[in-house]
Amino acid sequence: MKKRLSKKLAKVDRDYCVACGACKDECKFGAITIKQGVFALINGEKCVGCGKCSKICPASVIKMISREVS
Amino acid sequence: MTKKRSFFDYMWIVSLSYLILGFFNILFAWLGMICFIVPLIISISGGGKSYCNNYCGRGQLLNLLGNKYKLSKNRDIPNFIKSKGFRYGFLVFFLTMFSNMIFITIQVFKQEKNLRQAITLLWTFKLPWNWIDVSMVSPWIAQFAFGFFSLMLTSTILGLITMRLYKPRSWCVYCPMGTMTQMISRARMK
Repeated sequence: MKKRLSKKLAKVDRDYCVACGACKDECKFGAITIKQGVFALINGEKCVGCGKCSKICPASVIKMISREVS
Repeated sequence: MTKKRSFFDYMWIVSLSYLILGFFNILFAWLGMICFIVPLIISISGGGKSYCNNYCGRGQLLNLLGNKYKLSKNRDIPNFIKSKGFRYGFLVFFLTMFSNMIFITIQVFKQEKNLRQAITLLWTFKLPWNWIDVSMVSPWIAQFAFGFFSLMLTSTILGLITMRLYKPRSWCVYCPMGTMTQMISRARMK
């Protein structure tokens, strides 16, 4: 059975991400990894679109976007 | 769904203890070198920003104060602070001040200058710190400790101010160690 995905999805602006890991700590679904210490990477399959990562991001580089747009 | 807590989630206690210990004996400042050397070793050996992500006590402390104790206004950080120009500029400024501190330590070592028992906050305000007896060590060891603790206290103050004004971990945006380890990680990624 195919998993139902959320309407929203977190998207990281990689150019400005400081890779601090605050979002990774906040995500209860393990949807975020820090890619080689350079930027945060969102696993779209695991992201439930709750927006907690976007709220905690100190650089405010995580935006919540609609999955259709992505 | 809750995450299992690990020993490294309590590194904020280490960070807080470090700041407190410095008031009792300035020589504890030397321990702060761990936060300078370990992140660099990790990123140079390919561990990316694992230090920032898992072990940084200061990040955890700011997160705790800002989120749990609700001390942060949780506003967006101004764009200029997260710009590359500011981040690299602050790194250069920080390293210049660090070099200056090393230079003063060398002068004290060569006995060209006397030990100055003071803490300089925000690179400007000199506070006398003479309630601690440092005669048991060479003056240059004590001078380095005063200089280093000045840097640590200054960066803590800056971290606390930006924690209050913006998001809790705003310090992480312009933290010189974070900028340096990200630079190393980016270079390794290419």
